[in-house]
Amino acid sequence: MSFDIFLQYFLSGITVGSIYAVVAIGFNIIYNTTGIINFAQGEFVILGALFAITFTRTGFIPLPLAILFAVLITTGIGAAIEIVFIKWIKNPSVLRLIIITIGISIISRETAHHIWGEQVMQMPYFTGTSTSSVIILGASIAPQVLWVLGISGIIVIVLQLFFKFTLTGKAMRACAANRTAARLCGINAKMMVTLSFMISAAIGALAGCITSPITQTQYDMGSPLAIKGFVVAIVGGLGNSTAAVVGGLLLGLIESFSIIFIPNAFKDVAAIIILLVILFFKPSGIFGKKEESALKEF
Amino acid sequence: MLLNIQKLNRFFGGLHAVNDISFSVRQGIIKAVIGPNGAGKTTLFNLITGNLKPDSGDIFFKDHRITPLKEHRIAALGISRTFQTTKLFSHMTVCRNVMVGRHIRTKAGFISSILNLPFTWKEEKEIRLKSLEILRSLELADCEDEDAHNLSFGKQRLVEIARALAAEPELLLLDEPAAGLNIHETEKLAEIILQIKNRGITILLVEHDISLVMGISDEVFVLDRGKMLAEGKPEDIQKNRDVINTYLGEGDA
Amino acid sequence: MDVKRYRPIAVLLIIIVFIQLICTFTGTEFFLTQIIMAAYFSLVILGLCLLMGHAGQISLGHAGFFAIGGYTSATLTTINLIDIADSGVAGFLKGAGILFLRKDIYGEEILSFSPWVAFIAALVVTILIAFLIGIPVLRLKGHYLAMATLGFGMIITTIVRGTRIFGEADGISSVPAFDLLPVLRVTGKSIYRIENYYIAWFIVIIALIISLNLINSRVGRALRAIHGSEEAARAIGIDTARYKLYTFVLSAVFAAAGGVFLTHYNGGIGPSQSSVMKSVRYVAIVAVGGMDNIWGCLFMGILLNFLTLRGFFGTLEEVVFGGILIVFMLFFPRGILKPGMITSFRNAIRKCGLKLFRMRGKSKQNAA
Repeated sequence: MSFDIFLQYFLSGITVGSIYAVVAIGFNIIYNTTGIINFAQGEFVILGALFAITFTRTGFIPLPLAILFAVLITTGIGAAIEIVFIKWIKNPSVLRLIIITIGISIISRETAHHIWGEQVMQMPYFTGTSTSSVIILGASIAPQVLWVLGISGIIVIVLQLFFKFTLTGKAMRACAANRTAARLCGINAKMMVTLSFMISAAIGALAGCITSPITQTQYDMGSPLAIKGFVVAIVGGLGNSTAAVVGGLLLGLIESFSIIFIPNAFKDVAAIIILLVILFFKPSGIFGKKEESALKEF
Repeated sequence: MLLNIQKLNRFFGGLHAVNDISFSVRQGIIKAVIGPNGAGKTTLFNLITGNLKPDSGDIFFKDHRITPLKEHRIAALGISRTFQTTKLFSHMTVCRNVMVGRHIRTKAGFISSILNLPFTWKEEKEIRLKSLEILRSLELADCEDEDAHNLSFGKQRLVEIARALAAEPELLLLDEPAAGLNIHETEKLAEIILQIKNRGITILLVEHDISLVMGISDEVFVLDRGKMLAEGKPEDIQKNRDVINTYLGEGDA
Repeated sequence: MDVKRYRPIAVLLIIIVFIQLICTFTGTEFFLTQIIMAAYFSLVILGLCLLMGHAGQISLGHAGFFAIGGYTSATLTTINLIDIADSGVAGFLKGAGILFLRKDIYGEEILSFSPWVAFIAALVVTILIAFLIGIPVLRLKGHYLAMATLGFGMIITTIVRGTRIFGEADGISSVPAFDLLPVLRVTGKSIYRIENYYIAWFIVIIALIISLNLINSRVGRALRAIHGSEEAARAIGIDTARYKLYTFVLSAVFAAAGGVFLTHYNGGIGPSQSSVMKSVRYVAIVAVGGMDNIWGCLFMGILLNFLTLRGFFGTLEEVVFGGILIVFMLFFPRGILKPGMITSFRNAIRKCGLKLFRMRGKSKQNAA
């Protein structure tokens, strides 16, 4: 394999991988504050992209504003989902929550289907066109790849700062550690849950917007994305966002290079097999600690 | 010796929850394990029943080494237990809850159940009769058809004991059976425990209610922060300086 | 023996005959076609009811097992071995009834495995795969189990979509009829419709009897116990891992059997049968049926599949199922058809009667 091709595979791997990482972080944020795996996580990504595409197609909304609106709307949807469906259930079983979030994912997907139809859509490139490229280390790279890497990097860093240094971020972490204790300290735990859905939706939507020019967008691409994001979250040990970044990039690379060994049609299977193998040998995740996972609410 | 525990150790991260514990339980007695909160009593129970595995040490039941066995295998050998927070099966009647308890004494498996083989009819009948008998002996016969979760807290406790008895255990582990019961219910519980002992079942119990423990036990084992503090007859324990200082001295915790 | 559990089956039989007669006399026999298909789908539902409602283990991959059954059977009965027909082995297998010769619609000779052999092979394959998947996966709980089974379903979809012998996106067609007995054949031809209607129900009733027997046995109680509290179940000596695994395998066999029969009835199978959406729909139906309520699940399985197959929901089909999932899990997590509904109704009547009786007794005493 020439270095050039290797670099192409590598870059497409980390591009896709950074999206997986962002979706996985979305899973983690909601999981940490609520103990729920939100099966509708992939839908946020698709909705974000579809809204942004619609806005840019109006012709008079500039791209950055279109993305901003799309992210805001999706954030609103995330909040609405939590308030309408999750907030008021008392002591729900895990089974119930799983089924509810699956239901939400189906409905939002089908709504998207009815609004946007089955066509594959695409955001315009942020800079340049589909053919423009930047030469780095002798390989030509689409500028959009740089956008994706840059913005996902920023998302990760901003989230880290948010959880470490802001009062709200700390409050959310307190809820994750011990909800009852957090409430006794005067933290509005319910508000934090809503907030976690909003943040997840927002970063999902943003991820959808930035990758749409490369991966394209269709109404039903959410569930596979959710599965991959979940695989990454598991690989990293559920709830651990730093590990999610590593896991995401890793999965992206594995998928990208797997094309050499297995037919393209089976590419998606790779991720799932990794998931099953990890669940089999180390349910707490590669980076997760056993003791920690034993404390989680499963 | 019915139960023999040798140098048992268990850590939770940095916490030495059970620290080099050795003791044994003679056939036919009531032995109580007491100690302040967090002394490692429930952990000890979980180690005996196989719910947790020890980091080192061994447990022998009727001279069989049961340390490596899975929980359900240990139960099948004749060790039954109740839980600190009652774990009855929801959406099942009281009677069915007790009937499940007969699991290890009966045989019908998947195939014979699916085919509804004749021997299972007899077995089912036997299970039902036996369960009703146990319910009657604990004065629970009148609520056999009620959903177990609709019962009062005290009655749920008794149903859990009934379920454990249905397995006809040789050793019965009771994890704080009197927790949450009122004085009247506790008195009744003491009667029931003695009645179970009279049937020849050995009892190991963890309990906070000191007067209950001193009233019914033959031997007491005192645990403090994972270590053995004292062991002996109730009256000796009551006089033991260390025990009085660390436990009884605090007032009834 | 306890025969009470079989009584509702007699009622069911009456309803089945009644529906057939109505359809025949009103000239609406075409409805039966969808009822037959719905009946085969409800085999999956019954299996899932045992697994989810009784053992308390979710599976979002049961469409995968349906597809494994259907595809194995379809592949074996359509594979053409005519090139080796003259070899001794083929001759022997033909003589033993393992291979059989038929002509397709173009008059070309096809030598393939007989449907019975294919059926048994499908069940064996399903059992093997269910064990293989079940052993690691059933150690998981909650979300992990849901995702792992979902992943399994997706693997099956990807495999059937991407493999040549499974017909890729087109699936497998021209699957022959399944001669259960020389006179009884599973086929979609309309002259055999009434016959097939009863065959389908016969198979469903077998599944029902198996389920009812299991539920009302020692094993059934153990499953409910596992559902209630795994810890307590283990403490009373139940081998929870084994019971969960066996139930998983049994429910997979139900699903695969549904797949086999429906494939023969429809004359083919496509990759959409294995889709995650199908799996989710099965879960939805079990949820609506009341999870542990076998009769509720059967009723909803027939009704909702029938309506779907009639195109009642139009393009909103998936939205309807998504909505059903949410509404039921939010408001009726135990379904709307309560298992004890009939008994509690009867008890209420009995109580009223008793009260009247007592009142009369009292008034008599008063009079005296």
